[in-house]
Amino acid sequence: MIFKWVLRIVGTCYVGLLVGAPVGSVVFRALRHGLAPAWDAVMTPAGVHAFVLTLEVAAVTVCLNTAFGIGMALVFARHRFRGVSLLEMLIDLPLSISPVVVGLALLLCYSSTEGWLGPWLAHHGISVLFSFPGIVAASAFISLPYVVREVHPVLVELGTEQEQAAETLGAGPWLVFFRITLPAIRWGLAYGILLTTARVLGEFGAVSVVSGNIVGHTQTLTQFVDDQLTNFDPAGAYAGALLLGVVCVLVLGALSFSRKREEQLR
Amino acid sequence: MPGPSLAAIYLSLLVLVPLAAVLSQAFTGGVHQLFAEITQKETFAALRLSLICSLIVVMTNAVLGTAIAWLLVRDRFALNRVIGPLVDLPFALPTVIAGVTLLSLYGPGSPFGVNLAFTRYALVVALAFVTLPFAVRSVQPVLEALDPESEEAAASLGASPWTTFRRVTLPSLLPAIFTGAGLGFARALGEYGSVSIISGNLPFKTEIAPVNIYGLIESDNNAGAAAESLALFALAIVVLGVFSILKRHFIPRDPTA
Repeated sequence: MIFKWVLRIVGTCYVGLLVGAPVGSVVFRALRHGLAPAWDAVMTPAGVHAFVLTLEVAAVTVCLNTAFGIGMALVFARHRFRGVSLLEMLIDLPLSISPVVVGLALLLCYSSTEGWLGPWLAHHGISVLFSFPGIVAASAFISLPYVVREVHPVLVELGTEQEQAAETLGAGPWLVFFRITLPAIRWGLAYGILLTTARVLGEFGAVSVVSGNIVGHTQTLTQFVDDQLTNFDPAGAYAGALLLGVVCVLVLGALSFSRKREEQLR
Repeated sequence: MPGPSLAAIYLSLLVLVPLAAVLSQAFTGGVHQLFAEITQKETFAALRLSLICSLIVVMTNAVLGTAIAWLLVRDRFALNRVIGPLVDLPFALPTVIAGVTLLSLYGPGSPFGVNLAFTRYALVVALAFVTLPFAVRSVQPVLEALDPESEEAAASLGASPWTTFRRVTLPSLLPAIFTGAGLGFARALGEYGSVSIISGNLPFKTEIAPVNIYGLIESDNNAGAAAESLALFALAIVVLGVFSILKRHFIPRDPTA
């Protein structure tokens, strides 16, 4: 009995003081003077631009990594070849590399003055760093594994019988993919996409290194929040934090909701 | 089919070539230069602080995370409905938001009068915040799958709850605890956003390796940044290797085998 209560008190205090109270406090501080001032603090030109840019980056990154993720998952599930585990390790690498190091890697490769590929690209009029492609590259790097990891096990479980049946009935590869494979992997794919979205929306370290953080141009929402804080505008920071936090919680809330739905359907 | 070649180009341009650039940059001056960069006072202090803080956090979360997982699975505690979602929250919240969140309660103007900003305690709190879900959610499914029968048997034979936990439950949970610790450690070692906001980034005092790397990039010292990145990566590989060895060591042996 004592054992149980000690655990209850310790567990509640730890989660409460570490997560519950701080989150409550940021919500309180953001909304202390009501919703309108918080809304105004974010809806400055810089804030709106940062929010829109973040959504654009997320949209492009999700498309890229979804296409790549489905392709890679198909390869892993259907083909065994030399170096497959090496390739899997490579795709999981972003999970164990610091975002700052990701930023450095992209910088050393794509810097227009001293990078490996940057000068050539700059010569052809493409700038990667301090512009949209760089932010997308950083976001795509750090969110690379999610779609692959979610779709791969589903494909393995699915097997190839239905696809082979469709093929013998004369369906082409694209028809098989859209009519058989895609519907079967839709839940795994949805989780992968949601995880990617949440990760990209909240990315800070890698993006800070490559974006240049130019207000109204390459500043994402996380950088906007950080800027407001360093510029001693905590109201803007708290409001921005709340906005981004709510979006991310909604995205991952959709994830756990759809997971529960799927479990009930089974 | 252009698919495989497209994927190969994507992976190369995005991951392989940039990481190769870091490796090459780290080794441009030779091994001696690399060693000199890593053992520079500020760099070395940052790496050491990263390692120590991450280990402290991982150990704290291993103990308390397991306790919380036990609460969530085995105990019909009224507050579980609140604790469960709160545990997942750090995973959903962007790391900058985590920093702002902690700063709002434990920073200057804290309603508790606790100002941790610019101290090492802030580092530990921030890293504990972002890695909590790994510790709890790794242990939870294993505990759920574990039949409470053997625990009840131990209790009916007169074992105290603590003895039951230590001798019956814990051995089955250890591999999962190490898995969670590994995930948390990798995350803590690379963490940047929350720490950069709350720690003040004071060299030798609260500056951890990712923040130091960022500073080196800002001051155009790419060689130093690449060297420290490599050291950080090596540190992660070594500690994760140790964790996976420990994990294998603790996988319960089948007594009938």
